[in-house]
Amino acid sequence: MAQIEGGDGGSHKKGPGVKKAKRLSTRVDMTPMVDLGFLLITFFIFTTTMSSPKALNLNMPKDTKNEEELNKAKESGALTIMLGKNNGVYYYEGQLLPDGSNFKTATFASIREEIINKKKDVIKNHVHDDKCPKIWAENKGDKNSCLDRDFVVVIKPDEDATYRNTVDMLDEMTINGVKRYAMVDITPQELEVIKATEGK
Amino acid sequence: MTPFVDVAFLILTFFIMATKFKPPEPVEVTTPKSVSTQELPESNATLITIDKEGKVYFTVLSQKDQGVYTEVINSINSSRNLGLTDAERANYAKTYLVGVSFSQLKQLLAMPPDQQKNLKQPGIPVDTTGGDLTYWIQAAKSAFAGMRLQYMIKGDNNSKYPVFKNVIAALKKNDVYKYNLITAPEDAPAGTDLYNERLKRK
Repeated sequence: MAQIEGGDGGSHKKGPGVKKAKRLSTRVDMTPMVDLGFLLITFFIFTTTMSSPKALNLNMPKDTKNEEELNKAKESGALTIMLGKNNGVYYYEGQLLPDGSNFKTATFASIREEIINKKKDVIKNHVHDDKCPKIWAENKGDKNSCLDRDFVVVIKPDEDATYRNTVDMLDEMTINGVKRYAMVDITPQELEVIKATEGK
Repeated sequence: MTPFVDVAFLILTFFIMATKFKPPEPVEVTTPKSVSTQELPESNATLITIDKEGKVYFTVLSQKDQGVYTEVINSINSSRNLGLTDAERANYAKTYLVGVSFSQLKQLLAMPPDQQKNLKQPGIPVDTTGGDLTYWIQAAKSAFAGMRLQYMIKGDNNSKYPVFKNVIAALKKNDVYKYNLITAPEDAPAGTDLYNERLKRK
């Protein structure tokens, strides 16, 4: 325990007959102070919020009935991800076949790999054309910027999907560097296939 | 024991300095996580809260200009013919959030702010075309006319997507297409594109 040294330890000699003054102990019991200190530490540890919340930007398109204003997506570069109940994730590439044979089931852990694979696939099949120079110019002449031009992810949460799943999927777009993605309403056909899969 | 106590007090000092107290939240919401790093606006924003039961609440955040609250409530009052008294309208500036339909608004604003906290509000009605929330956003938008206004959405992990979609519908009806979703921060998973990009920037 810390202590305060009391004077010179009585080495100073007084004359004979002079009684040595009775010296009280100068030690202070610090236990209560330390107790209080730890109490405060515990209090602050519990109340502190270290990480402040962050904003995730979401831009939605204007609803338009005009077919010409709609963004066209190439079928070869499209990946549609659907979110169902109990954190279910389903996806298909291109367009959903009438028999639903390209409809696949995934999980939140495995969907990232599918997105990355699809992106690689699109990049591999990319051929430079007359639209590319414009994109290069927008990206300071970066010739790689055009490679994933046709890659579009469409996110379709259904009625049972949670907000968390939706945000997680939007976040997945940022994580994997997907430049074009959209959140779209689910179609009855897709809903039917999901219901059939979930019913199993 | 002395060095031990020294360290303990050092930690204590650190926590005292680092602590930023959470403002009291009348509605408890656990937000999802994202890798986003953008700071939240603290003023000149509207906050739409969706709690875990899917109830929707609306808040206007304006720190400097208190007149905005008056404008919002006046515009709601006249456009919806609510017949609120001056006292009730003045009370709106002190109301932290509104989670009632227009028919119940008078009742809510008649209560003092400290009683409102204990009240279980049923949530602002929203539907696929926006519902009551549309008018709130409209009122806020006109009150902030000429200023930058950001739209924050704070949803609970377990709220369902349709509610979120309806909130978006209400915002879209007012020609608002950019939103800030409030999330808790998270690190980019190792090996992904974003992770490599951030590594390069450092």
